[in-house]
Amino acid sequence: MPIEFEPPKPIVQTQFVLKTVAEEMMRSKSRYFDEHEHEIPWDYIEFMHTAMKAMGAGSLAPKQNGNGHEGEEQKEKRPPIAYQALAAQIEALAWGDVGFYLCTPGGGLGAAAVQAAGTPEQRAKFLARFAGEKPTFAAMCMTEAGAGSDTASIRARAVLDEKTNEWVLNGEKIFVTAGDKSLTPYEKLGKGFIVVWASIDPSAGRAGMRAFVVEAGTPGVRVTKLEHKLGIRVSDTAAISLVDVRVPFDHILGSPTVEKTTTGFKGAMATFDATRPLVAASGLGVARAALEFLKEKLAENGVQIRYGLPRQKLTAIERDVIDMEIMLKSAWLMVIKAVWMADNKHPNALESSMSKVKAGDVGTKITQKVVEILGPLGYSREFLAEKWFRDAKITDIYEGTGQINRLVVARQILGYSGAELR
Amino acid sequence: MYSFDPTEEQQMLIDAVRKYAANDLRPAAREAEEGGELPKKLISKGWELGLLQASIPEAYGGFGERSAVTGVLAVEEMAFGDLAGTLAVMTPSLFATPILLAGTEEQKQEYLPKVIEGDWAPYTAALIEYAFDFDPLALRTIAALAGDEYVLNGEKAFVPFAKEAEALLVYANLDGQTQGFIVPKDAAGLTIGGEREKLMSLNALPMYRVKLENVKVPAANRLGGASGHDFEPILASMRLAAASAAVGVANAAFEYSKNYAKEREAFGVKIAQKQAIAFMLAEMRTEIEASRLLTWEAAWKLDAGKEDAFTEAYLAYMGAADMAMMVTDRAVQILGGHGYIREHPVEMWMRNGRGFAMFTGLVIV
Repeated sequence: MPIEFEPPKPIVQTQFVLKTVAEEMMRSKSRYFDEHEHEIPWDYIEFMHTAMKAMGAGSLAPKQNGNGHEGEEQKEKRPPIAYQALAAQIEALAWGDVGFYLCTPGGGLGAAAVQAAGTPEQRAKFLARFAGEKPTFAAMCMTEAGAGSDTASIRARAVLDEKTNEWVLNGEKIFVTAGDKSLTPYEKLGKGFIVVWASIDPSAGRAGMRAFVVEAGTPGVRVTKLEHKLGIRVSDTAAISLVDVRVPFDHILGSPTVEKTTTGFKGAMATFDATRPLVAASGLGVARAALEFLKEKLAENGVQIRYGLPRQKLTAIERDVIDMEIMLKSAWLMVIKAVWMADNKHPNALESSMSKVKAGDVGTKITQKVVEILGPLGYSREFLAEKWFRDAKITDIYEGTGQINRLVVARQILGYSGAELR
Repeated sequence: MYSFDPTEEQQMLIDAVRKYAANDLRPAAREAEEGGELPKKLISKGWELGLLQASIPEAYGGFGERSAVTGVLAVEEMAFGDLAGTLAVMTPSLFATPILLAGTEEQKQEYLPKVIEGDWAPYTAALIEYAFDFDPLALRTIAALAGDEYVLNGEKAFVPFAKEAEALLVYANLDGQTQGFIVPKDAAGLTIGGEREKLMSLNALPMYRVKLENVKVPAANRLGGASGHDFEPILASMRLAAASAAVGVANAAFEYSKNYAKEREAFGVKIAQKQAIAFMLAEMRTEIEASRLLTWEAAWKLDAGKEDAFTEAYLAYMGAADMAMMVTDRAVQILGGHGYIREHPVEMWMRNGRGFAMFTGLVIV
């Protein structure tokens, strides 16, 4: 197919629907939940669960066999758009409220890891629950107090008990998005799970790193703390402790043996190639919310943006707004290209990380600039601009900081290994 | 649907242009810049790639259909070789493409075959004016209707190949609208500046001031005839061309500095192995991609006749101009002292890079 930028119809339709959801279910509650950290937005969770079930989607995660054209008659074979649709949905939800989006049931990064690194049997076993009666959550546990982006320093251990053929996990994880909703047995939620990264051979470094599915309710796993954050306060960020947690042998994602190479680890890291542009999309939703709000306020105050003028004739505000639009549009296209590659099974490690680098930059720059231009209106908690400023910053941090993603991009373009470019 | 794959035809064209850029334009660029001249043979060879010819329908002597997407793909590749060479090869488009886009049937019949038949021929256009706040939508050169003629007064700058041009497309302000007028080389009152423009870069491209003192052209020479034309699509095509050239130059600087950083050693390692350098390269590559995609989208919107195509072309251009400055500056920085020396091309690309903010009207797709 030739170069084309027409958003696919199913995507446009979903965006239209999600705009209403964002306005009705999210924006109206944004401030309340920002100021009542650790309260759970049950209305939103239940609404989204019902809505997704009605659409035949148990989760936002792309179905293995679906191509993203659900609900449309499939007369001819169409190119797959599942990841593109997902990116567009996430952007639209994050435009409403990115914290709420992170409270969307359906498995989040935990399910994404199973999806990307699990066997067909594991997918069937762990992912079916998201289409169940109750909204259900899953989470990814990677970060530790002493290991963020440096995943090779992860200290959590998994030891195979050969007598029982079980993995025994020990470790302390932090910064687990939706960790509380995935583990704590709330009446209104289905039984979730967490995906825990641990080493099966600490002497092997990165090559020994594996991910394990730990079901909620497994003895020895518990939430020890909920963080208080700068932004995305409605989304719970948990610390999780694992003490002699026993899981069945087949809960390991990827190969159970350590090879000399880091293939096993890389396979699991492929999760990030799929999820980075999605996180980028969420950051861009916040940025778009802020930029649109700014333009509304400027228009209300009679400030026009005169597109088409040379830079020398533009006012400072016009320059800023135009630069922000350039940033936002081009960052979005980078996301679309990265997920389009994922849909078409092209390797996209470079594009995926570039989209995250760009979105991290764009999200923080735009929200910071919007607060600046709006002055007291921007700084006031009467409006949401200051909240978006706080919310957007996380885009440049989670799912690999801007710096880690620059490192990934640099290694890709230079053809360097991790050892050659540290 | 979204898609980022060029068609087979586009890919063939890209490959051919890439070859010309690498084997012909790039090796000649430094000498041309220092000597102030591009070999005619070099220009002819670029002309034979048929970029303009392929954008003009058979009815007017060409062999294809105009596509802004194809145009930006080709210009990026060519500018990767050398900017001055690219602008020279594409100068006849400055005259022909607006006629194709906005000309009357008679104008197309009369001029298009003439421009594209045979070898590269000096047809050009005059848009830029010598003022800090030059604005293509608010020109100081004035056109006024007097009977069945238009009278043009003003001064144009940066007009490529004006001295030898057969005819010029001169843009002037007619009652607040930017309109094009076809001016033959021998029109009374038309003076081509004696000396060439002396600019920070593009020394290889002969550019001139053009003075218009009561230059009278028949009413039929107004682009689009009596009712004139909409300048926006032409301006958008110019901006997209400049944007894609900016992407090409930036990519040249990126690739060159990347390769240098992988060779150059300091403190026992290649400097590319230092995060300070590697991160610069990562950001350069990221911003190039951002500009490229926005330019592609704007070009696609222009071809598809989307409502916001003109605004998007403007945004793509503004973004690419900034990006090119940032990337070329960093390329020089990565080479350090060597970047400042004219033995390496990056200083030339940095001078090119600054120009995109004012290059509207020097190239069109």
